[in-house]
Amino acid sequence: MTEHNQPNEPIIICRDVHKWYGHYHALRGINMQVRKGEVVVIFGPSGSGKSTFIRTINRLEEHQRGEIIVDGIPLTHDVRDIERIRMETGMVFQQFNLFPHLTVMDNITLAPIWVRGWSKAQAEEIGMQLLRRVGIPEQARKYPGQLSGGQQQRVAIARALAMQPKIMLFDEPTSALDPEMIKEVLDVMIELADSGMTMVVVTHEMGFARAVADTMYFFDQGQIVESGTPEQIFGDPQEARTKLFLSQILSH
Amino acid sequence: MSATTPSLPSRAEVLPPPTERYTALGWLRKNLFSTWYNALLTVIFSAIVVLLLRGFLEWAFTQARWEVITTNLRLFMVGQYPAAATWRAWACVILLALLIGLSWGIWGRNQRAGAIAFGALPFLLAILAQDEARVALLIVGVAGAVGFALSRWRGAQLQRISIIGWVVYFPLVILLISGFGGADGPLPLVTTNLWGGLLLTLLLTVVGIVFSFPLGVLLALGRQSSLPIVRALCVIYIEVIRGVPLITVLFMAQLMLPLFLPGVTIDRVVRAMAGIVLFSAAYLAENVRGGLQAIPRGQYEAARALGLNTWKMMLLIILPQALKAVIPILVGQFIALFKDTSLVVIVGLLDLMGIAKAVLAQPDFLGLQAEVYLFVALVYGVFCYLMSAFSQRLEARLSVGR
Repeated sequence: MTEHNQPNEPIIICRDVHKWYGHYHALRGINMQVRKGEVVVIFGPSGSGKSTFIRTINRLEEHQRGEIIVDGIPLTHDVRDIERIRMETGMVFQQFNLFPHLTVMDNITLAPIWVRGWSKAQAEEIGMQLLRRVGIPEQARKYPGQLSGGQQQRVAIARALAMQPKIMLFDEPTSALDPEMIKEVLDVMIELADSGMTMVVVTHEMGFARAVADTMYFFDQGQIVESGTPEQIFGDPQEARTKLFLSQILSH
Repeated sequence: MSATTPSLPSRAEVLPPPTERYTALGWLRKNLFSTWYNALLTVIFSAIVVLLLRGFLEWAFTQARWEVITTNLRLFMVGQYPAAATWRAWACVILLALLIGLSWGIWGRNQRAGAIAFGALPFLLAILAQDEARVALLIVGVAGAVGFALSRWRGAQLQRISIIGWVVYFPLVILLISGFGGADGPLPLVTTNLWGGLLLTLLLTVVGIVFSFPLGVLLALGRQSSLPIVRALCVIYIEVIRGVPLITVLFMAQLMLPLFLPGVTIDRVVRAMAGIVLFSAAYLAENVRGGLQAIPRGQYEAARALGLNTWKMMLLIILPQALKAVIPILVGQFIALFKDTSLVVIVGLLDLMGIAKAVLAQPDFLGLQAEVYLFVALVYGVFCYLMSAFSQRLEARLSVGR
């Protein structure tokens, strides 16, 4: 029934989200709306809370104040709601986090089989399609440890896509990669963005942001300092902190 | 995005790694006589070994009275288990041989020498044995060979059957050994006070492993639980049991189980089994916890992010990795458990060790400690070696892709 929604209807709504680690105030009132099909890039210095924030969206981190509504489901302590949201949101991690004891294909089909209840044959068919989409169908029977970092991250994207999520979350997907492998992962992500997937991406890849982002958010000290389209952010940043940070990461 | 592999420049030739080959003499020179003092050490230690070995062999072949073993072999193997029911113990061994043969063919790889040595064992023993034992051992050997042949013939289809076989094997053994019904039934009941010798030792071990393993895993998970009461109970249980010697637990099981369950009579073997299971589970829990702690947090997060609930996450993602990481420790624990079963002597059960003591008390064989204990040590040693070898195979087999 979500097919009948307006194309620009918000699918993620965050209102005044706060998070503390002990006494440390990690997120200080984040407000964000992500529309269906929108590609959001979150960037900022390390320790600015951007990873923490993206992880509150699928409850890998618990927010302590404010509200988060994903695909119409408010995030509460209700475990079933949390699992429903996780089924609809795929996540890609900095360290890939593939399951080392399973083959590439088993990594991809595990959740569809055990969470969605698909048959093995059906799951493997979809898995093969996804491996072709990320460009490594020939690696299906290998183990993650036998692949390069770029290939592992592409498998991780395929694994997240196998659940047919409505939203994809990327937590610094290229930060652990050798430079020559970053492009192959970004290519997959750009293709995914072009296909209309709703994406929230924490990244320092400004080329990627410029190419596909609809909205960029600059995080610092647990707050959104500035947001806007790539043209606004790169062409005419308003805040001094944004200017400083951009000059630092774009200078080399 | 297709990656094309650039062809190697022809000038940089791909060379095979250098190989080292030695003649027997060359090997000796390199490893034993490389310098004058190494040569001297080799000579001195060879002399010592020869001296000791000669003394031992002289004793073993001229003075030792091995008839204490041969006369009491039945006692050592099955204790007081009635002769009319001995075939049931043999049936268990024959089934085991069949299953091992089958599994070896399905899962074993490139182990021809091991397979031949293992397969020849029952036939070699058959040469040494007499009467019905010889026939039974021949059947055991044939069963193993049949299992192996079956697996070669239809290995892929038999995989599932062989797994079911292993699962069914354990309860089947208990059923066969204990029997049911009256004396004129097909399998008359053999009360546990008649179980003894190696049979009892193995049963205690297998029951100990089969029941303490899941209990230990549950305790390990409970200790990591986010539910405070579950966690506290698990911690208390583990720490209390680990703070107490096995002998104490065995005594407690003998004395306290009947108090906890008034009106129910539980026989002594089952009480000893309970004690061993409860004891072993606490240690296993700590070993499994070590494995759980070795799993990076990212694995939990990836599993959760895919929507797996806690049980599926544990069973499919965390436990397979955690248990694999601690296989050597777990098998070490099982080997210790196997040897610890000898403590049931003190609650009056006649396991292999208990039988050894009983045999030594026979008037005909007084003072033959050396022969008896050497034999018992050999039996324990063989089984421990097999467990250890199996664990190494398992590790190698499971380390694919690492």
